[in-house]
Amino acid sequence: MVNWGYTITRVRRVDIDSNDMSYSRKLLAEFPELQSCIACGSCTATCTAGNLTKFNVRKLQTLVRRGEYEGVRKELEKCMLCGKCRLVCPRGINIRGLVQKLKKELPVK
Amino acid sequence: MSKKVIIIGGGVAGMQAAVTLEELGIRSVIIEKEDGLGGKLRRWDRLFPTMTPAEEVLDELKDRVQRSGVEVMTSCEVSEIGCEGRMVTLKDGSSLESDAVVVASGFDLFPAELKEEYGYKIYDNVFTTVDLERMFRNGGVRTVDGRIPKTVAFLHCVGSRDEKVNQRHCSRVCCITGVKQAIEIKQEHPDTEVYSFYMDMRMFGPGYEELYRQAQQEFNIHFVRGRISEASQTIDHRIQIKAEDTLIGLPLKMTVDMLVLIVGMKAGESNLRWSRCQGVDLYPSSFVKPKNLFLGGVESDSKHIFYAGTVTAPKNIGESIDEGIAAAHRVAQRLKEE
Ligand SMILES: Cc1cc2nc3c(=O)[nH]c(=O)nc-3n(C[C@H](O)[C@H](O)[C@H](O)COP(=O)(O)OP(=O)(O)OC[C@H]3O[C@@H](n4cnc5c(N)ncnc54)[C@H](O)[C@@H]3O)c2cc1C
Ligand code: SF4
Ligand code: SF4
Ligand code: SF4
Repeated sequence: MVNWGYTITRVRRVDIDSNDMSYSRKLLAEFPELQSCIACGSCTATCTAGNLTKFNVRKLQTLVRRGEYEGVRKELEKCMLCGKCRLVCPRGINIRGLVQKLKKELPVK
Repeated sequence: MSKKVIIIGGGVAGMQAAVTLEELGIRSVIIEKEDGLGGKLRRWDRLFPTMTPAEEVLDELKDRVQRSGVEVMTSCEVSEIGCEGRMVTLKDGSSLESDAVVVASGFDLFPAELKEEYGYKIYDNVFTTVDLERMFRNGGVRTVDGRIPKTVAFLHCVGSRDEKVNQRHCSRVCCITGVKQAIEIKQEHPDTEVYSFYMDMRMFGPGYEELYRQAQQEFNIHFVRGRISEASQTIDHRIQIKAEDTLIGLPLKMTVDMLVLIVGMKAGESNLRWSRCQGVDLYPSSFVKPKNLFLGGVESDSKHIFYAGTVTAPKNIGESIDEGIAAAHRVAQRLKEE
């Protein structure tokens, strides 16, 4: 086949219609406190890993909630499990606990 | 014998309730624990959203109280409401009889030192919105060593919407207070850069959203969507803050001359004592729960206990004064029925 040098750009919007929301739903059922997140960013601001790398724990958990799982599992390797995120969260969400859960449950890709 | 109503608390709500009762021909006595009337209003400089001098409102209310002949007892604290509103006990152990009680004991200011990560009372240049009102009254905003601050950061929701300090509610008036004070700093020092760290901007009252917009357009106040997670003091006594700029999705750090914590309204300390009285219930937030949010906002489940102002929830001054009027009318009707 002739290679024209073009690729199809993947649409980069979050497409809730076609995303597989089943894991997102299961996660929120098992970890309901996550639903109370107000996206204040305190967790990311204080995160040990986030200040050294591009790691953004608020963004990652939001992506999972929207059914966007790709790359999340790998990114979570950066977490040092220090627990500072949990200390500052105004909603009392155990984010470190969430990271551990996600690392167990999300596919490695 | 003419009827007598005891008003607990001489803030704006209590003052107006007493005045209205007198207008309706019912004798009322205000019992206030501080040495003067006015409640929190005594501490404010200019009021949102119109920048009206606080004194203008306070003086008018004091005038009304004086003209109507309300009896005022200051430096006198109520410790208990007894017999379903037919009596109150004072801190000195004495008691007073009444035909009804209007509880207008207001709110408490959130003690910012509980949020240790922001360094209030630990670092020199961390203040609260209450401190700022004092500075405005006393000649202007200065750092601890008397300099004009070149950069100021405000932080919203300190002691509100925060599980960690057991304050889940939104204090409503603090967003607009922050906006008002940011503008006042710019009016005083046009070259100062002002940043506001917020999660949600809750502009619930008339003219509030307009003031917010003015803060953006006319005063170039920088609104950053993210909550400051911690503050630390630099060697030159400035404050370094960390937040996430959530709209970019990156951590942010900046150093400011002054950090202002926008403190919330906490349920009044007396509320727990009021709740020992039959018919007085509290919300989990410890604010007093009125009989019915739609149809009985100034009433309790007890026939002789009524509420006015911020004892039941965070409110602005206008709302609190209006509740004073509403409560007085409810009391008058109840006493007439009997
Ligand atoms: C920083 C800040 C700025 C604000 N600025 C504005 C503004 O610009 N415009 C505006 O509309 N609103 C403003 N508000 C809101 C305003 O302060 C309140 O709406 C108002 O004070 C409520 O009045 P109140 O009478 O309900 O309560 P309070 O002002 O709290 O008065 C209650 C009174 O009861 C007394 N009391 C309490 N317990 C007892 C007891 N056991 N025995 C005897 N007396 C007792 C207290 O000493 C107090 O005097 C601001 C609030 C804050 C936190
Ligand atoms: S600190 Fe808590 S509420 Fe804030 S963004 Fe993180 S998880 Fe959400
Ligand atoms: S536990 Fe992980 S996500 Fe939380 S602050 Fe520490 S490194 Fe960041
Ligand atoms: S009014 Fe604004 S600053 Fe105050 S608690 Fe509500 S959201 Fe936070």
